[in-house]
Amino acid sequence: MDVVVVLVVVAAVTVFVSAPLRRVRTAEGGAASEIAELEAAREAKYREIRDAELDHRTGKLSDEDYEAIDGTLRGEAIEILHRLDSIGGR
Amino acid sequence: MAPVGRTLLILGLLLAAYGIGASLYGARSGRREWVDSGRRSVYALAAVMTIAWAILEAAFWRSDFSFNVVAQHSSTTTPTFYKLAAPWSSQEGSLLLWVWLLSLWSSLILFLTRKRVRDIAPYATAVLLTFAAFFTSLAAFLANPFTTTASPPPEGAGLDPLLLHPSMMIHPPMLYSGYTLLTIPFAFAVGALITGKLGTAWISVTRRFALAAWLFLGIGIVLGARWSYTELGWGGYWAWDPVENAALMPWLCTTAFIHSIMIQEKRGMLKVWNVSLILSAGTLAILGTFLVRSGILDSIHAFGASTLGIPFVVLLAVMLATSVGLVLWRRDRLRSEAQLDSLLSREAVFLIQNLVLVAMVLVIFWVTFFPLISEAVTGTKVSVGPPAFRPFIVPLALVLVALAGIGPIIAWRRVTASNLRRNFALPVLAAFTTCVVLVVAGGGTETRPFALAMFTLGAFVLTTVAQELWRGVGARRAMTREAPPVAFGRLIRRNRRRYGGYIVHAGLAVLLIGVAASSSFQHSRDVVLAPGQKVSVDGYRISYVRPIASATAQKLSFGAVLDVSKGGRHVTTLRTTRGFYPSQDPTLGQIGRFFNGNADSDVGLKAGLTKDIWTVINPNLGPLQGLINQGDKVFQAALVKAMRTAATLPPAQARASLNPLWALRDQAISGITARFVSHPWPVNFLLIVDPLVTWIWLGAIIIAGGGLIALWPIPALARRRRTARVPARPAAPPVAPAPAPAPVREPV
Repeated sequence: MDVVVVLVVVAAVTVFVSAPLRRVRTAEGGAASEIAELEAAREAKYREIRDAELDHRTGKLSDEDYEAIDGTLRGEAIEILHRLDSIGGR
Repeated sequence: MAPVGRTLLILGLLLAAYGIGASLYGARSGRREWVDSGRRSVYALAAVMTIAWAILEAAFWRSDFSFNVVAQHSSTTTPTFYKLAAPWSSQEGSLLLWVWLLSLWSSLILFLTRKRVRDIAPYATAVLLTFAAFFTSLAAFLANPFTTTASPPPEGAGLDPLLLHPSMMIHPPMLYSGYTLLTIPFAFAVGALITGKLGTAWISVTRRFALAAWLFLGIGIVLGARWSYTELGWGGYWAWDPVENAALMPWLCTTAFIHSIMIQEKRGMLKVWNVSLILSAGTLAILGTFLVRSGILDSIHAFGASTLGIPFVVLLAVMLATSVGLVLWRRDRLRSEAQLDSLLSREAVFLIQNLVLVAMVLVIFWVTFFPLISEAVTGTKVSVGPPAFRPFIVPLALVLVALAGIGPIIAWRRVTASNLRRNFALPVLAAFTTCVVLVVAGGGTETRPFALAMFTLGAFVLTTVAQELWRGVGARRAMTREAPPVAFGRLIRRNRRRYGGYIVHAGLAVLLIGVAASSSFQHSRDVVLAPGQKVSVDGYRISYVRPIASATAQKLSFGAVLDVSKGGRHVTTLRTTRGFYPSQDPTLGQIGRFFNGNADSDVGLKAGLTKDIWTVINPNLGPLQGLINQGDKVFQAALVKAMRTAATLPPAQARASLNPLWALRDQAISGITARFVSHPWPVNFLLIVDPLVTWIWLGAIIIAGGGLIALWPIPALARRRRTARVPARPAAPPVAPAPAPAPVREPV
């Protein structure tokens, strides 16, 4: 019984782990990691814009400071979006 | 099924080795199929370890004493609930639990990142599998949970009675979950360093795992403190014990990390600091496991003293050398992309907070390891205790609480003086009022400056958090006209990281107020009382009403009922007992072994929001020793005689022939135990009246709640909606200053 259980587990594991090696090779997009970095930066920038807005609405940022910071952040966000566009990210 | 378990460990080791090779080969050669195969080996490892764990649990469930680990750590009389938790009371089971949890968390992160961070993930896979290989090797070759014996004993040794506590069922898996979860950001940080992809992508995919590690470690630490308070019978919840410290250090490091990564995400700063923090936290997690499992430092928690020290030291040395080497190698790519705009900004507060947390870690590390360091240098092991920690930790904790209040009310990047005044006015007023009221009211705060400072700063933090929630709700209502409760719920739901964090800060303030009060204003008395005698503690009259005792197959209990009154009014009735579990050591005598085994305490506790009244009995069983010795002699002689007779009978009859003797023995034990009630003598009590201990547990619950809010993922739909609404993508290149893309004006 024990031997059967072990053999079944070993066979299942072997088939499962080796499955990708039996598939046709797929080419890896070279820009994938850069896109991932930029997408993470984009999400962080969006979060920063929302945080600045909430800080402003809850009285932690003056109107002048908020306008300046918001403008800077949006500029940085646009730069990230352009870089994403240039390498074909989402 | 033991052979299956042993084979699965070997299979797990082979899978880990294959996965390391496949992932590294795939990463170096760019062949995706090998990377995928390496990732699948992690999934397969999780499945294999799950089966192995199920086999071990089943052995404990069935009390299969052919498994050595079951015979040594369980018994037929161990309650089922504790049988299922008994595996991690053993060295062998703990190692298997470690690798099982590691394989589960690793599978989860690798599944979530199967289409993301594709450069980093294969190296992270290799690192995670290296940890898996290490722990699987220990479990397979040095502490195998599936070793068996051909002649199993009829009864097991039972679980260490100190572990018969509900907290202990959850505490170890929580700590181990925390430790294993910390290896994930560690592995991805190593991957990011190897590939040089040191932006925010690796942080964004592992942030939740770091937060989950922080949450699990925190829960584990508090459950351990609760166990210490209610089970160990010394009256405290934190002893600066090496094993406690081993969990606290990575928790503090992770606390620093989950704050400082916000600065990297927003500003591209502190890259060296962040990778160093998470590499340190990962190394400290392994150090924590090492301290629990090696027994190199004296600890009440080190249930697994063993010979695993050398492999762990080697692993720690490799982790440390690799971490330092990688950071030095990549120092050019770890340069900050920006600088602090102002010292009056949230970034600056986070930076100071990080320095304070790291200073705490360094102090705790130094003092914890001082006995080993002193032994290495002078040849003498110097013992240090809580007094060595306090002069450093208390001031640092005060600064930390102050920063926990300042952080939420100070903006990112910069603030103006008028905004500072507006945001600080109410919290500073609340803190000042608290301080004045406490000093005027007396009660001893005026002579305990650290406690007074903690209460003052606690009020400051609580007011800042309340103010932030109030203003946030106000801002939302101004836009949506929602009812306050609806606005409150939606505000938190839409800003989980921010408000989850604020709630954690409030919980920290509540917890530390509890710590300051209970450690500064505790009243305790160590007294010997006879039934009917009374004693006064902090204005409470506590009288020893009567002794109680019981004898069961599991344990003998000796205890007391105490009456507590104040000003002539009954407050509560407390019951405390000390339980003695039978030892399997025959040299202690047929009767004596029931009175001289492991012992545990059930404290008498009246917990309240303002005060805990706590007591524990330490019954001196000396007056029973004469009867015990006499019983040993009588029953030893009777046993020899009965065994001679039994030897002439068939096995079934032989066992039955001994039953009357066992029944007589049990009667004798019950009779001796009952003497504690029928002929009572003065016994020792530790009586404590301690204020605000409940605040510690409440604070911990608030922290866990805030952590869960921050951890909870934003629903996919909401994320898509938010991403779509926040700045619309421009059609034209930006100019400086950028023309704001479609302005964000959705409710906060």
